[in-house]
Amino acid sequence: MIDPRHRLKDHFRESRLVSNRLIFAGLFSLVLFGIIIFRLVMLQIVEFEHFDSLSNRNRVDIEPLAPQRGLIYDRNGVLLAENIPTFSLELIPEKVKNVDQTIAELAELLSLTAEDIDAFNERRKRHRAFEEIVVRNQLTQKEVALFSVNRHRFPGVDVVGRLIRHYPQGPLFAHAVGYVGRINQQETQVIDRQNYKGTLQIGKTGVEKQYEDFLHGTVGYRQVETNVQGRTVRELFSEPATAGQDLYLHLDINLQQAAAEALGEYNGSVVVLDTKNGGVLALVSKPDYDPNSFVNGISVKEYAELRDSIDQPLFNRALRGHYPPGSTFKPFVALAGLELNVVTQQSRTFCPGFYSLPGNSHRYRCWKRIGHGHVDLKSAMAESCDVYFYDLAHAIGIDRLHGFLDLFGFGHQTGVDIPGESKGLSPSREWKRNQRNQAWYPGETLISGIGQGFNQMTPIQLAHATATLGMMGTVYTPQLVRATKADNDEGMQLLGVQQADSLPIQNSSHWQSVIEAMVEVVHGKRGTARHIGTDLPFQIAGKTGTAQVFGIAQDAKYDAELLAKKLHDHALFVAFAPADDPEIAIAVVVENGGSGSATAAPIARKLIDVYFGIETDEPVTE
Amino acid sequence: MSQLRNEVRQSPRAMSGLLQDRRRVPGFQWRSGLQRVHLDGLLILGILTLLLFSSVVLYSSGGEDIGLLLRQGVRMAIAITVMILLAQIHPDRFKDVAFWIYAVGLLMLIAVLLFGTIGKGAQRWLDLGFFRFQPSEIMKLAVPLVVAVYLADRPLPPSFVRMFFALVMIAVPALLIAKQPDLGTALLIASSGLIVVFLSGVSWRLIMSFLALAAAAAPVLWYFMHDYQRRRVMTLFNPESDPLGAGYHIIQSKIAIGSGGLQGRGWLQGTQSHLEFLPERSTDFIFAVIAEEFGLIGLTLLITVYLLITARGLYIAAQAQLSYMKLLAGSIAITFLVYVFVNVGMVTGLLPVVGVPLPLISYGGTSMVTLLAGFGILMSIHTHRRMMSP
Repeated sequence: MIDPRHRLKDHFRESRLVSNRLIFAGLFSLVLFGIIIFRLVMLQIVEFEHFDSLSNRNRVDIEPLAPQRGLIYDRNGVLLAENIPTFSLELIPEKVKNVDQTIAELAELLSLTAEDIDAFNERRKRHRAFEEIVVRNQLTQKEVALFSVNRHRFPGVDVVGRLIRHYPQGPLFAHAVGYVGRINQQETQVIDRQNYKGTLQIGKTGVEKQYEDFLHGTVGYRQVETNVQGRTVRELFSEPATAGQDLYLHLDINLQQAAAEALGEYNGSVVVLDTKNGGVLALVSKPDYDPNSFVNGISVKEYAELRDSIDQPLFNRALRGHYPPGSTFKPFVALAGLELNVVTQQSRTFCPGFYSLPGNSHRYRCWKRIGHGHVDLKSAMAESCDVYFYDLAHAIGIDRLHGFLDLFGFGHQTGVDIPGESKGLSPSREWKRNQRNQAWYPGETLISGIGQGFNQMTPIQLAHATATLGMMGTVYTPQLVRATKADNDEGMQLLGVQQADSLPIQNSSHWQSVIEAMVEVVHGKRGTARHIGTDLPFQIAGKTGTAQVFGIAQDAKYDAELLAKKLHDHALFVAFAPADDPEIAIAVVVENGGSGSATAAPIARKLIDVYFGIETDEPVTE
Repeated sequence: MSQLRNEVRQSPRAMSGLLQDRRRVPGFQWRSGLQRVHLDGLLILGILTLLLFSSVVLYSSGGEDIGLLLRQGVRMAIAITVMILLAQIHPDRFKDVAFWIYAVGLLMLIAVLLFGTIGKGAQRWLDLGFFRFQPSEIMKLAVPLVVAVYLADRPLPPSFVRMFFALVMIAVPALLIAKQPDLGTALLIASSGLIVVFLSGVSWRLIMSFLALAAAAAPVLWYFMHDYQRRRVMTLFNPESDPLGAGYHIIQSKIAIGSGGLQGRGWLQGTQSHLEFLPERSTDFIFAVIAEEFGLIGLTLLITVYLLITARGLYIAAQAQLSYMKLLAGSIAITFLVYVFVNVGMVTGLLPVVGVPLPLISYGGTSMVTLLAGFGILMSIHTHRRMMSP
């Protein structure tokens, strides 16, 4: 009955063989056991004194040395973000016998306010007992001295010097440079925790966030012996930190200041681009806020004020504000008409003050009730005739118009190097079907032709598209940072200019025609912006826009006067200069500013004066 | 003999009759109770001692967290249940399904590499919708099982060709797991298979040439390592080179162990662990907590328990009646001690930090279930012995 395969097996021999090996394995196990015990005796008996002193009497502590954050300069070398020393009083609860009593004594010594103590108790709940907790930030020299004299009375409490971020220009660059703040739970998941040991703050918005990796630097450390109270006895070894890289921006403080001043009390946004490389020369969003408030942790009250303000100062209008482009849209529609061979420069349309679709009696009005009469491309643009563009948009059709505007980045992010940019909205038949499940109506094509309807653009998109137009189709991605400089480098490292694309051009004379028409806006006899075209050594190409405000939530809690102001038209102006060889492109959006011609165009002129150093004796009149 | 075996297989009554016969043998009275439910008293005693001690240590290392203890208690209960269930199965059933388990395990390892879930930077988990699962755990038992069955199928010692095929059977899953990347587990699985090959009586000459070959292959292995693994090996030789990173673990655990001294600081009194100087103190580095609180005396007792469990396993292997049982039981017993050695070696700075938990003590359920499943198989082998030799 024995399995034939087993017949060849010599079970006795086999069993003895395996048993011998098992005995060997048993002996081997004893050897492993011996190695472990030997190692443990070495550590726990022979070197006990050494490790015990490390652990007990003098604890070896590895302290990270936080790197100094890179500085940020504008193009003239003016500091936009720096690090300033500050002293704070910190306490480690585990090393303090009676925390409440210690705090009471400290309060007496340094006249801590009740608010300070509340804030401390709040922080204490969020920290472990062995972590240092800030009792008070920004001690004065006198307070530091006072505490130092009395330090022996307060084991576990110490004055710690740190560098904190400071924005010397205050609110001026808040929306461009951004700010740093305490690292939060979410961010700890993303960062390289090793490198952020010792770092308290991280870029939250703007350049500070986007270029975090450049700015932060590399952590250093030192090995120190500490006594029972946790005070450093001596330093054993240290490796210094490597500071972060400095950033040099394209931003120009003079332009930025001029733009912010020119906007005055209005809410709105100004973006100025260098047409030759996409550099962002000015990026203003009003109202703004002081980024310094966020560095040390903004108070709940202060934050609530900013958050709940109806003017939304925290909202970056330049990147995220959705505005109907209004008539500033017309140059692009005109170019579409020419390039798609729908019209020629000479084509004429009669404007009776309104436009009706064939077979439909609805009248789409021109802004000028009595009409413009016969208009061609140049005069339609100069006088901003709506009927001409109703007719043109109708002839092009929404699908072709949408496709052409796509080239200029309408409905797409520009790719500017700060986070949070919005895509705007460039409507199409397909979009309306997908998003709203509705058919596209021919009338919607008409109002799209004058930049109303569904069209939504951000100021940076407007500036970007205007620059592309001025450069006859060469697209540069907008960029705030121009160069970086490492701590040990002599010179700075220029960041590459990002030429994103060259648009397909059918006939460069088409572009020339549109640019000429835009020059006519500023310099023509009947141009809507002719009042800004005087006293110039060169010509400006521009376009005014006055966009109807709609869809405003008519919240009952606003009073009538405020509501009325909120319903005023948005004033817009886009321009590039000089018209024949553009250096800068500008987009101005003034919320509820009334008319583009009266409010927005003079702001652009002011910026052109500042940029090109043009002295004007008399203030620009409207 | 096979007739009798079939009889036993088909009729439970016949089997219980066989057991009753055994109970009549004098001196077997005490053991027969556990024998009847296919458990082994000494192994159970050792395992329960470790699990109880684990709870005591986890209470301290986990910051006196009862919830953590309860969670681990549930895992212990599950693992013990798995062990008891496996012990009921006749070892021949394991033999029957050995190749299938191995094949399914291989397929799952491939599936992990293709669709696995990524956790902690490695792709080790297979998400089956209702639960997540680590196929490499199956291989910890499937590899020694399949190699033992394969080699014992022909007379031992194995021919060179069979030994070569056995090595291929070990290398394929090990490489797949190393690719996840989980070098620690890959090495442990490879060693559990190699132990079987060793026990099968391969000539010393071959073993020596194999070791020489392995030494020559070390640079190749280095080439396949990930950066973090290389860094760990480098840090091992010079922990101070990276005190904020990988070296931090070793520096701190050596301080904790060394400061424990002969008697330790006492339960709940370890400063290094309680002040959170020591990382991963409930999982991979729990040995350092024990060292600090219970000292050399406590550690020696703990390791003695490990050694006794291993010794019992080797005894079971020696008593086993069929070759594949001997090989499997021997591999399970020795691999258990290898786990202990690798973890302790890592924590005391003798071996690289490879992330292997301390068997039956560290917090976590996966490795515990696998280990106790192994002991279940050991008990199955021991308690299903036939009275007559085959």
